[in-house]
Amino acid sequence: MSETPYAVEMKDIVIRFPGVLANDHVNLTLKQGEIHALLGENGAGKSTLMNALAGLYKPASGIMRVFGETVNFNSPKDAIARGIGMVHQHFMLVPTQTVTENILLGLNEPRFFMKLAEYDQKILALQDQFGLRVDPTAKVWQLSVGEQQRVEILKTLYRGAQILIMDEPTAVLAPQEIDELMKTMRSMVDQGKSIIFISHKLHEVTAVADRVTVLRKGKVTAEGHSMEGLTKRDLARLMVGRGVIFAVEKKPQEPGDVVLSVKDVEAENDKGVPALRKLSLEVRAGEILGIAAIAGNGQSELAEVVTGLRPCTGSVKINGKEVANKPPIVAIKQGMAHVPEDRTGVGSAPNMTITENTIMKCYRENPIGNGWSINFTNARQRARTLKEKYDILAPSVRTMARKLSGGNLQKVILAREISAQPQLMVAVQPTRGLDVGAIESIQTLLLEQREAGTAVLLISEEMEELLALSDRIAVISDGRIMGIVDADKADINEIGLMMTGTAVPAKSMEAAG
Amino acid sequence: MNLEIILHAGLATGTILLFAAIGEIFAERAGILNLGVEGMMLLGAMAGFSTSLATNNAWLGLVTAVLAGGVLSLAHGLVTIHFQADQVVSGLSLTFLGTGLALVFGEGLTGQTPPLIPSFDIPGLAAIPFIGPVFFENHSLLVYVGYLFTPLAWYYINRTRPGMHLRAVGEKPSAADTMGINVYRLRYFYVFVGGCLAGLAGATISLAVSPGWYSDQTTSGQGWIAVGLVIFAQWDPLKAALGGYLFGALRRGILDLQGPALLLGMTNPLYINSNFSFFLKMTPYILTILALVLGSRAAMKKRLGAPAALGVPYIRGERGL
Ligand SMILES: Nc1ncnc2c1ncn2[C@@H]1O[C@H](COP(=O)(O)OP(=O)(O)OP(=O)(O)O)[C@@H](O)[C@H]1O
Ligand SMILES: [Mg+2]
Repeated sequence: MSETPYAVEMKDIVIRFPGVLANDHVNLTLKQGEIHALLGENGAGKSTLMNALAGLYKPASGIMRVFGETVNFNSPKDAIARGIGMVHQHFMLVPTQTVTENILLGLNEPRFFMKLAEYDQKILALQDQFGLRVDPTAKVWQLSVGEQQRVEILKTLYRGAQILIMDEPTAVLAPQEIDELMKTMRSMVDQGKSIIFISHKLHEVTAVADRVTVLRKGKVTAEGHSMEGLTKRDLARLMVGRGVIFAVEKKPQEPGDVVLSVKDVEAENDKGVPALRKLSLEVRAGEILGIAAIAGNGQSELAEVVTGLRPCTGSVKINGKEVANKPPIVAIKQGMAHVPEDRTGVGSAPNMTITENTIMKCYRENPIGNGWSINFTNARQRARTLKEKYDILAPSVRTMARKLSGGNLQKVILAREISAQPQLMVAVQPTRGLDVGAIESIQTLLLEQREAGTAVLLISEEMEELLALSDRIAVISDGRIMGIVDADKADINEIGLMMTGTAVPAKSMEAAG
Repeated sequence: MNLEIILHAGLATGTILLFAAIGEIFAERAGILNLGVEGMMLLGAMAGFSTSLATNNAWLGLVTAVLAGGVLSLAHGLVTIHFQADQVVSGLSLTFLGTGLALVFGEGLTGQTPPLIPSFDIPGLAAIPFIGPVFFENHSLLVYVGYLFTPLAWYYINRTRPGMHLRAVGEKPSAADTMGINVYRLRYFYVFVGGCLAGLAGATISLAVSPGWYSDQTTSGQGWIAVGLVIFAQWDPLKAALGGYLFGALRRGILDLQGPALLLGMTNPLYINSNFSFFLKMTPYILTILALVLGSRAAMKKRLGAPAALGVPYIRGERGL
């Protein structure tokens, strides 16, 4: 009918996992040369649908057409041959291999001998074409997440991909890196490519997308809607099925006594380079202290020092008791709760059930344990109560943690930490990768903790989140405090300057510590 | 005690470990731990020996040994790759299976003398003083093959496209899968390669280096040493070969220490009574354990070593690897 066929047409796609209908008769069309946003809550089935388009999953039924031709992919190889490239939500890179090796992975060229130097040159030429800079001889484990993502994009471009699927590419990027990625996406579209873009950050979607498809619980709720005239609010309603308040409400409140006191702390990062330099700060009961910093400036190390996971010099006191360089249990006994950045490695045991994950802090005490054995009837009962209270979506409390969507796993972690009635909560990137609905509930939980008199140390790369939740914001650059500002008097530009290491002699600032 | 003799013997017996360990390196680099090396070696030794005896052709024996090890390893592949069962359990069972088969079919082979793989000098090179007699004189063909095979194996793994795919499959199978590499097929292939090399190591014993069939004493636990050597060598064929040769030389050196003979001009202080020699025989094994402990600690510090997905079955779509 139409003169230009769609780049991609997916019709009535059905994909099932044991016990889950991940895609329920889903339709999606991608026009040549457009950026098409794919939205939906955590677990709505976005990655599943895209994995089918990339040849990883085989739909139970449905039709896929690429540039007008019906296709039936048996392996990602078939999809790549049709010009489809996917940047996966979790990077698919071999850490021990170089950038060039990763880009060449799976190709028949070079036939046998690697001749890496020659291919390094080819890849540099490709980088020039799209303005994606990364050293081809570097090993992937040495790269920042932003650079790793560029490698992922280069991988697809090197194969001559015409259709790019980007599954939450901005979730792990710093704001400047996001701007750069948007530029790259536009330049790729200008060169005739078509892009499917998945993101939970609605302002990015309104800024860059031409059309949008929305999934809710595996079904399409908006199919190829033009973005014209759509606001963040409209998108959120389509995703969640109800209105979403974008600004959570923070009640004015006087902070109490000092709960956490960090004094002259110095620590090294994993590479042995100084990460914290004579850093001091205090957090009071009923107060949220936000930490603003560009990734890799010591904020992760600060969280680890406070929670007892990293050695340091200096003093860290919780309720007046020294916890630095002591096992985490010492801090936990002082009422420390930790919502770590790494949810599957540190925050939960992926191969254990929801029940087991929720009792990890209280299995020593009655009624869950008596020091020798664990009463699993009580444990399950408790887990069920928490599941209800925190609105955790899962088939049962016996479900393994790794089967949960990002938002639900984070709720399990918060349920465990909050139910221990903490006096200090250290939360690192608590809403990263979550959908708008989940963000709203997590942020509300954090504010409830503040009202309950908990001291909260909040480390986040989302400036909006810091401004909305914090009472005060400490800006860190290169392991030093550049300044501490009151959140309601904060000037974003000033904070931005301080994050890059520029001292700002501002009026709203107090002395550090 | 003659250094030339010890080193010569070290190269010969080290070749056994070299083949077995490099074979295991191929399998482990692809992500599959195969603890069945001892069983595959013994089966290879038996199959090679009896075929050579029956056909009067050592070359046919060699080929049979290689295939016997390879075919047996496919059982491990089926269990761990296809059925995704525990690799440790399956590998241990493979050792029992291989040993059992070898002992049953090897019944009555002891004392027989089949044709062997020839030994010879390398013309020219053998004339170099010291080096010649140690490296290039009166060695089995398989020892010379080992010299060439080691660098080739290293080059293949580190510098070729198939080698890169091999490493990717063992480090991050999901990355390989999304780039259209057939993870299962490659893993099967390298488990098979490992089995073939273990079979070859068996034939290196029974048809070349210490010919004969002495039931389970033929391999006397060298398969296990090969598995340990892989860790010590940090999955590097060059280091594995070096370790194999060192271990071989050590075993030969200890033999000298067991007798009452003169040692460097004085009576052997380590000789007390011929009945106590088993203490000395233990030494190479104890040294192996020590070397393993020290080697793996060094490796841990440098974060070198084990392929990230070693021992983990790959299931598409499972979160994690
Ligand atoms: N390999 C799998 N086995 C079983 N269930 C799975 C598997 N992969 C996904 N699921 C389930 O299918 C549903 C859709 O998952 P999917 O990863 O596609 O969601 P998503 O929209 O990408 O979410 P997110 O925004 O968190 O990335 C979820 O309920 C998930 O738990
Ligand atoms: Mg997803």
